This record gives sequence, C-alpha cells and structure tokens, in this order.
Amino acid sequence: MCTMIAHQAKIQGRGKSGQDWFELREANVSYDHPYDMPLEHALNIDFVNEAAGPGARVAVELSVDAARKLVQTIEAVLAQADQRGVLEDKHQPTNR
Amino acid sequence: MYQTNQYEGMIAETVSMQGHKGDMINAYVARPLGSGPFPGMVVIHHAPGWDEWYRECTRRFAHHGYVAISPNLYFRDGHGTPEDVGAKVRAGGGIPDEQVLGDLDGAKNLLRALPYVGKIGVFGTCSGGRHGFLAACRLKGFDALVECWGGRVVQSKEEVTPKQPVAPIDYTKDLSCPMIGLFGNDDKSPSPEQVNLHEAELKKHGKNYEFHRYDGAGHGFFYYDRPAYRQEQAVDGWKKLFAFCDKTLKS
Repeated sequence: MCTMIAHQAKIQGRGKSGQDWFELREANVSYDHPYDMPLEHALNIDFVNEAAGPGARVAVELSVDAARKLVQTIEAVLAQADQRGVLEDKHQPTNR
Repeated sequence: MYQTNQYEGMIAETVSMQGHKGDMINAYVARPLGSGPFPGMVVIHHAPGWDEWYRECTRRFAHHGYVAISPNLYFRDGHGTPEDVGAKVRAGGGIPDEQVLGDLDGAKNLLRALPYVGKIGVFGTCSGGRHGFLAACRLKGFDALVECWGGRVVQSKEEVTPKQPVAPIDYTKDLSCPMIGLFGNDDKSPSPEQVNLHEAELKKHGKNYEFHRYDGAGHGFFYYDRPAYRQEQAVDGWKKLFAFCDKTLKS
C-alpha cells in the first residue's frame, strides 16, 4: 500500500512530454505504488512543474535495482565530467 | 443474485457536494432507478487516485442495489488525468486525515438527505480502507464498514506525519458499526502481523467484525488492471462483502 515515502527536490531543467519541452522545477521521488510498472511498489520519479498544474509531468517508474543503477550511473557521469573540468556547477541558461 | 426477468436501470453522473469546511468538491454518484428505499454506500478511492476502477466500483454498488457516492478526495490538488493528480498527491505524502473525514462526512450527509436512502455504509481499499476505518470510528452515522487491505491502520511512530497524526488503530474503541475486513496474506502493508494487531484490538474492545484473509493474494487483489489481481480470491471477496453489506444495510 501507499507507503507515503516521498521526497521533493527543487531542480532546474527541461522535460519533454509528448512533442513539447517544458520547464521543470521539481523532482518528486517516491517509493510507492507505480501506475504502470507491474510491481506493488517502485521507485517513482516525477519531474514536474507544479506551477503549471498536474499535467506538467514527466514520469518514470523503476525497479529498485534499476533505480540503484541509475543513481550509480549519474554519479559516475558527473564524476567523469568533474575530472575533465567540464562540470558546470551552476545552471547556465543558454540560447539555442 | 438478480434475475433475468427483473427490471434494471441505473443513473451515474458527477455531482458537486459540500466537503470539509464547506468546500465544494466533485463526486461520482451511481444509483439504481426506482423509488427505493436503497441502502447507501460511500466509496473511498485508493491512493492512486479517483480513477476508472473507482467509477466502476461505484457503479458496481449501484448494480447491487446501493446508492453509491465516491467523493474526489483529491479535488483540491487540481485537475488532470487521475494519474497526474494522484502523482501530485503521492509526492506530497497524501492528504490530511481531517480533510478526508470532512469530505466523507459531506458525502454521507448528501446520501442522508436523499429521501430514498436508508442505512449507509462506507467502503474503501488501500488508503481508502484506512480512511474508511477512520470514518467508521470518528464520524457518526455509518451503519457498516468494508475495509479492504487498509494499509497503515497500524502506524509506527516513524509513519506518523502532520497529515496523518494518529494511527487509526488507536481509535478502535470508537468504531461505531459492524465491519468486514478483507486482506491478502502476501501483502506487505498491511502485513499479516499488522492484521493480527488490528484484529486483536477489535477483539479487545468487543467489536462486531469479520476478517477474511486470503492465501495467494497480496495487496490490491481486486484490481483487475494490475498484476496483483487474483481472480478466485477477488470473486470470493466480493461475494463475502456483498453478503455482509446486504445483511447489515438492507435489513
């Protein structure tokens, strides 16, 4: 059941939902019921923009193993970028 | 069991209703056609949201002769697909118990005001099972409770939050109506040990209850759209709960 285990991180980023990109402001991470993954509980990450309403959401649902691998992979990529001196610590908006 | 030569008809629609602190929220109501009297049922949706399964569940009660209302407990969290709204609520750690009780009281009062409604029960699964138990303990006017795998009826100190400040089991002495509980023995929340504690507390206070525990079933074994669905146990569970509701609410 609903574990209510949830944390929120304020983030800066962009997410794609359908054909459109939108600004992301929060990442909601929970270990609770997934909607589509065929598990009772999953590690769910909802990248959202709360100010834009519930539909501004990019969702992923991961098994525990997959979630751990993702964390390790992100850390590894950031460490490698840091070693090469290309890590941008602060969000730098760029014109595209 | 209905007969093939009987008249049958139903109306189902969304309505507005007064909830906690007089807030207007929406609800889904399904009722048999006819003058009644019919028993009423407040149908409490689960944590994933006010979704299609709960629409069908509400109509199922109507099909069995109940005026059923399912209030949208997530109304204040915005509108969109049930998934998107449910995900928002999930991220926020659920909704406050006091607000839920206010909304359930409003739903019950709406049924009570209908001239063709008699006794009123309350039904819920998952977080809705927990909310149902809370409602049957803390609100007046319910005549039966159907609790399906209510998780966190037994809450550890670590699970107590400002939104859910008291473990529902602590209100057991105030349970004001007969109840039926359905649980899967492979469930993690409530675990069989937590169901034992729940039952022991009901026994201790001399409450009128019946529990049915199913082997080979886990959490949410009624949900035909999830892998947790267990056909045999679900069919038996529905049979038992309608037998209980008919006996308690149609007499």
